[in-house]
Amino acid sequence: MTPCTSSRLLRLVVILILLVLPFVLSSYGLSIFTKVLIFGILAMSLDILIGYTGLVSFNHASFLGISAYTVGILAVHGINNFWLTLPAGIIAALLLAMVLGLLVLRSSDAYFLMITLAFGQMLYALAWRWRSLTGGDDGLAGIPRPEIGLPISMNDYHNFYYLVLIFFGLSFYALSKFIRSSLGRSIIGVRESESRMQALGYNTWALKYLAYIVAAGFAGLAGVLFVYFNGFISPEDLSWSLSGMIMLMVIIGGAGTLIGPVIGVGVIFILQNFISAYTERWPLFIGIIFVICVMYARNGIVGYLLKLEAKRRRCNESPGSKEHL
Amino acid sequence: MKALEVKNICKNFGGLKVLQNVSISVETGERRAIIGPNGAGKTTLFNIISGITTASSGEIFIFGKKVTTLSPYHRARLGLGRTFQKNNLFSDMSLLENIYLAMRINKSPLNMQDFLQQWGMWNRRNIKVKKLSYGEQRQVELLLALAQAPKILLLDEPTAGMSPVEKGLILQMIKGLDRSITILIIEHDMEVVFNLADRITVLHLGQVLCEATPEIVKAKPRVQEIYLGTTGEEGWH
Amino acid sequence: MEVAQFIIQILNGLSYGLLLFLLAAGLSLIFGLMGIINLAHGSYYMLGAYLGLTIMKTSANFILALVGAATLVALLGLIMERVFFRGLYKQELDQVLLTFGFIYIFMDLAKYLWGGTPRSLPTPPLLEGSLEIFGAAFPVYRLALIVSGLAVALLLRLFLEKTRTGMIIRAGVDDKEMVTALAINIKLYFSIIFALGAFLAAFGGVMGGPVIGAYPGLDFEILVLALAVVVVGGLGTLRGAFWGSILVGFIDTFSKALFPSFSMLTIYIAMALILILKPSGLLGRMELS
Repeated sequence: MTPCTSSRLLRLVVILILLVLPFVLSSYGLSIFTKVLIFGILAMSLDILIGYTGLVSFNHASFLGISAYTVGILAVHGINNFWLTLPAGIIAALLLAMVLGLLVLRSSDAYFLMITLAFGQMLYALAWRWRSLTGGDDGLAGIPRPEIGLPISMNDYHNFYYLVLIFFGLSFYALSKFIRSSLGRSIIGVRESESRMQALGYNTWALKYLAYIVAAGFAGLAGVLFVYFNGFISPEDLSWSLSGMIMLMVIIGGAGTLIGPVIGVGVIFILQNFISAYTERWPLFIGIIFVICVMYARNGIVGYLLKLEAKRRRCNESPGSKEHL
Repeated sequence: MKALEVKNICKNFGGLKVLQNVSISVETGERRAIIGPNGAGKTTLFNIISGITTASSGEIFIFGKKVTTLSPYHRARLGLGRTFQKNNLFSDMSLLENIYLAMRINKSPLNMQDFLQQWGMWNRRNIKVKKLSYGEQRQVELLLALAQAPKILLLDEPTAGMSPVEKGLILQMIKGLDRSITILIIEHDMEVVFNLADRITVLHLGQVLCEATPEIVKAKPRVQEIYLGTTGEEGWH
Repeated sequence: MEVAQFIIQILNGLSYGLLLFLLAAGLSLIFGLMGIINLAHGSYYMLGAYLGLTIMKTSANFILALVGAATLVALLGLIMERVFFRGLYKQELDQVLLTFGFIYIFMDLAKYLWGGTPRSLPTPPLLEGSLEIFGAAFPVYRLALIVSGLAVALLLRLFLEKTRTGMIIRAGVDDKEMVTALAINIKLYFSIIFALGAFLAAFGGVMGGPVIGAYPGLDFEILVLALAVVVVGGLGTLRGAFWGSILVGFIDTFSKALFPSFSMLTIYIAMALILILKPSGLLGRMELS
């Protein structure tokens, strides 16, 4: 992580672009971008599990969904103050992770994946059946944009974009701090070798549990933003097919890097828009992209770029460079 | 004081009796070699001591404390370090990060730079462990356990797959360790064993065949027969 | 619940459980041998049901539909294993992700080929009508489901215990390295077990057709049930798959009768209980974590 001027410059340019986007893009373009940022938070949080902890969790949409439903149900009851609904949504996701984590983290590998998938489906079924609370398959519609206690209307899509951008920025910053902290390093250690971590004296179960809850919290944040963006929530938003799509975003962008999943989100949304314009067979394409990615591009786009970068750096490597810590 | 006591350990996998009534007692500071042909249950014994595998019956004590039901990380925190027969490293991380993880949790008094310089690997610190040579990785396997500042060290075939020169290096590393550290070593190379061990325990078909000083073990015809008979040219000269 | 109702429900649970067994057996054996969960297993079931429907329509022959659909899907499984899984040998996680990708592909293809409306397979004329049991009617076809499920279970057991191929598969489940060390081409057995699993799943799809039908979303629904079975029963053994299936079949049937609106949840509660009390499943042999 050598702080070199070129990458700093790049960062600055990206931030500037993100700030001026509302003045450049059409409302449609901006709404897609808002969605990319929201799903970016979601994909980064899943990457904490897949890319950093080595837990391939198949029900990440559950955390988005439970948070979105919480906000939606509050909205139905007339509670629309962002500073109340935001923590409520996140806490719902955290609580779910605390309970579910106790069950799913008893197992690993194939079992883990299978059990997360099944419990994800349980919540989907619950959202379907618990009509009085969730509206069943009709979902909850007409959720207004939140009130944030300032004389700024979130009905203006520019303002809403900035709100999402702020939370995206905060999430990116917090998550990158997290993975560079000693705790984050330990979590990566679990991915690399759980048995060695145990032999060194780490309580690896606790580390995984923590990562699981952190990831769920950020997915919950994405859920709050998502339901306000959409104005609508239905069981489909916690289905396996959404979980799978988030996973695909993480993999196509590059698991184990924070920016990779965000790029993955962008790529998938652009592809979706493009392909849906020509054919209704979008799920078929998801499947094909999935297969191609797993077989030929397992490190994702960012993984590929990093490999190029490493090659370039090896050519002009200077001795005594800063420690990788 | 006894550093480690293994009492009447049995382990069954299905119908297979991997360990039968194994009892071993090791003094603080002792160097103990565990030898025996493949399939004698040596690694299983190590896994049971370190807590990765649970025994079907029997007890384990570390410095007089019963640890039979404690999880591996609890035992590690009591000062039990181990290496693995197959390299078990954080291969996608740099050497320095590997050592960092080993030292952090144990609040090791060691300093990373001093430590790596002492073992002559400071200049390799920023290289990803998977990019190191096999011999170096084998060294790191040992270094990770040492970075824990263990009081008891379990070494599972530390020289497996190495050239004679590399073997000599590892041997020197182990011999140079502080005498206060208790060491149990599984090893097939008899030169290494006789060079290091204060006492030798011979395991055969999951049972302790005998336990004695190297001189006595060397002289036992029954041990020679078993050992030479099953490992062929790998036996001693 | 009256006695007659009770007995009918037991028979219903049994027939449903044995249907699930057709899926769970393959899922469990593939895991035992290859270490992967084939998430496309539910898709095999759905494709079996749809293909059976098409063959039935053109030939009006139920047996042909049964064997034909199952054989076609077995071929599909074989191709998947040969073309896609070989490239990822020993990368179990990637293989599972691959099977997940195939769910989308098969789901969309089925929708393209057979449309979105629920379909149902006609009951073969020979098995129409119902029997009277303690004054309550029980469809003959469900009885046929029970009989054929038991027959398949018996045949599978004989195959695994009495044939050389079966013995090698069982040995592979126990200790893959040993089998490889015996100079046995383990990859050949991967293909065999994959094709067999697909065959059984599609067989189940056709058999279940007259009762459950074929519709979009069936693939995932049935997959989750099969996953519940292997979690409850334990992975890697035929016994675990069998008793797990029967148990899940009973739980599902009885909860549907007793509290219909939340019937789906009972299976998950059972799963959670098993995970807490016995994480390797009731009859599982794999040690977890």
